Amino acid sequence: MPDSPAIAHDELETGHPAHPSYQRHHFATMDQQADATSFAMWLFLLTEIMFFGGMFTAYLIYRNWYYPAFVAGSHQLSIFWGTLNTGVLISSSFTMAMGVWYAETRRKQGLVLCLIATFVLGLGFLGIKSIEYAEKIEKHHVPGLHYSVKSFVDPASDKAASEYGDKPLALDMARHTELYFFLYFAMTGMHALHMIIGICILGYMIFRARAGDYTDGHISFVENFGLYWHFVDIIWIFLFPLLYLISRHA
Amino acid sequence: MSSTIVSLPDQSTARIPKINFITKENGLLSWLLTSDHKRIAILYLISITFFFTIGGALAGVIRLELLTPQSDLMAADTYNKVFTMHGVVMIFLFLVPSVPATLGNFLIPLMIGAKDLALPKINLLSWYLYIAGGILVLYTMISGGVDTGWTFTTPLSTHYVNTNVLTTGMAIFIAGFSSIFTGLNFIVTIHKMRAPGMTWFRLPLFVWSNYAASILMVLGTPVLAIALVLVALERTVGIGVFDPTKGGDPLLFQHLFWFYSHPAVYIMILPGMGVISEVISAFSRKRVFGYTAVAFSSVAIAVFGFFVWEHHMFIMGVSSYSMLVFSLLTMLVAVPSAIKIFNWTFTLYKGSITFETPMLYAFGFMGLFTIGGLTGVFLGTSGTDIHLTETYFIVAHFHFVMVGGMLMAYLAGIHFWWPKITGRMYPEKISQLAAVVTFIGFNFTFFPQFILGTLGMPRRYAAYPPEFQILNVFSTAGATILGVGYLLPILYLTWSLKYGEIAGNNPWQATGLEWQIQSPPLTENFLEVPVMDHDAYDYEWLERQKEKEVASAG
Repeated sequence: MPDSPAIAHDELETGHPAHPSYQRHHFATMDQQADATSFAMWLFLLTEIMFFGGMFTAYLIYRNWYYPAFVAGSHQLSIFWGTLNTGVLISSSFTMAMGVWYAETRRKQGLVLCLIATFVLGLGFLGIKSIEYAEKIEKHHVPGLHYSVKSFVDPASDKAASEYGDKPLALDMARHTELYFFLYFAMTGMHALHMIIGICILGYMIFRARAGDYTDGHISFVENFGLYWHFVDIIWIFLFPLLYLISRHA
Repeated sequence: MSSTIVSLPDQSTARIPKINFITKENGLLSWLLTSDHKRIAILYLISITFFFTIGGALAGVIRLELLTPQSDLMAADTYNKVFTMHGVVMIFLFLVPSVPATLGNFLIPLMIGAKDLALPKINLLSWYLYIAGGILVLYTMISGGVDTGWTFTTPLSTHYVNTNVLTTGMAIFIAGFSSIFTGLNFIVTIHKMRAPGMTWFRLPLFVWSNYAASILMVLGTPVLAIALVLVALERTVGIGVFDPTKGGDPLLFQHLFWFYSHPAVYIMILPGMGVISEVISAFSRKRVFGYTAVAFSSVAIAVFGFFVWEHHMFIMGVSSYSMLVFSLLTMLVAVPSAIKIFNWTFTLYKGSITFETPMLYAFGFMGLFTIGGLTGVFLGTSGTDIHLTETYFIVAHFHFVMVGGMLMAYLAGIHFWWPKITGRMYPEKISQLAAVVTFIGFNFTFFPQFILGTLGMPRRYAAYPPEFQILNVFSTAGATILGVGYLLPILYLTWSLKYGEIAGNNPWQATGLEWQIQSPPLTENFLEVPVMDHDAYDYEWLERQKEKEVASAG
């Protein structure tokens, strides 16, 4: 115990070795800080997997129980828009990865461009998603809100269903399409919520990157955001086959 | 009986160090915007004590109602609300954050030789989320309460009751994220911030058990979050996922809910077990027997804990083959728990045992947790479970583990580290009395409930047949004694903040890194980065250190 704590205190204020301004005080080295933050990000993504996991479990169970309803439900989704959206999202992951690379190599112009491209592609994904949602609302396929089973008990009346040559479902099974559409909205909706949060953060990052941040050697934020963005992408890579392509093998 | 190991500095000359984490900055804002893990721990300590008082008062009201067979103190639906709020407050706002958010927050960086947790701002955010959740719970209580029980069983919670399910659900959702962030922060800190020489097998067992609990928080809590989101959607929009008329299955909710809520009991108990390891070692002057086994048993409890959830649903129409499997898995959890109890007992064997307050609480823990744990095996056996479930046997079982186990461990820890946190000792004699009063009151309260349960008294009813009254009177009388046992520490610990004896660096002569620095510690914790060159609980190392000091002073 120092007799005069004030002296010890002064030493603390001035005595520690110089470090870059972005290194937080409680880390010994910059490596330790970068390591710790990226590890934390991976753990956070793990919690996200568990969060989505609950819905994937529900999907697996109900798909097993009500397979015909799930097939008929998936016929209502547009393969065209779904595939296009998958393409848009994968491209945005590519531009994001490029952005991280530009940040690593300290090129501001490239980083800003890549972030803007990711931002635009993200918005594009949400735009396409809203076209799909609008169609569901028109057809009364939103669970809980005047849900209608007409497309499934009388497939001839429905363009999409008749295209696939769906056979009419018994009313009992047809009502279970509501569960399919609930899972569709819950999973894609939760995914879209993650996209919206990501796009907001991207907007902030574009602003900061133009001011010269992230290209000064401190790229943790861009790197970790990149992880988040790719994770959201991967969730979609699972959603697309489960929701859109469920019966295509037949 | 050996006297004591307490060694305090000379009270006439001793002073609390002028500069420490409490005095460094002043003003309310310096606390509300702090990123110092020790200050956040204090914020948590104050807030969870507040919620514990509320939960405790609700428990008192429950016991008072059950004094007589009729429902006369309050109407049956009020009683439902009271026991629901008691459960919600005690579980989500007290037990889950109790040891990790207060003692864990304060001690983990000190024990591993770090300046702070890896993510100080996330740590503060977690406290604010906790407070937001807490305020929502208070709002729920004032605006009419909720009466589903803390388990939110569907379809009761989604279709039938007309109380504040949504706000309570949101409160738990938010408080859940506070717990996720605490767990995440601990895992990152323990992996990445250890001082040089602090290998995994030199970590104090308190750190190991908090690490295991953190894994559960990080993996389990998100599943509770999604389950609550689904309940909210089912209630508001009627999506059908838990509604049999639409093809949904109410049991799915139970699976999702208990996938978190069973591991949650290990979130609550594991950090407590860590406290007990530290206390038993310090007051028997021995390294914890079978250190590695105790460390791994924490991880084993965490892992097994994820594969037993269905034992909450044995009477709900699950397949009898899965009951067989889950019964077996449930009994497996008893193995690592027993490893801990046996190892603590062997630590005591031939130790130089002294009986300071933390040790008394630790003894209480060992006895009561053993009873609580063994009755858990009864309940894990599907045959007896069908007879005992939804009776007071369940209530007695989990109160033995949670109150007899966890709360004893929490109080052991608070007393043990109180000198480190505040720089002052608590008054020894009255706190020993409080520990004994708590133990006696606890047994009076909850032991009769085992008997009531086997006789068939169901839980969650305001009224009961008159032949159960005598045991209920015992239980209520015991609860009064227990209440005194909890009131005493609140009073004398507050008193000791000003009048307690100066503790000095290491009043217990304990070995952890946290005891080698000043109390209360500096904001930066360590003046220079400590180097760990010995195993945990190495009392010979401590002796050598003292000899060195004497030699250099002479």
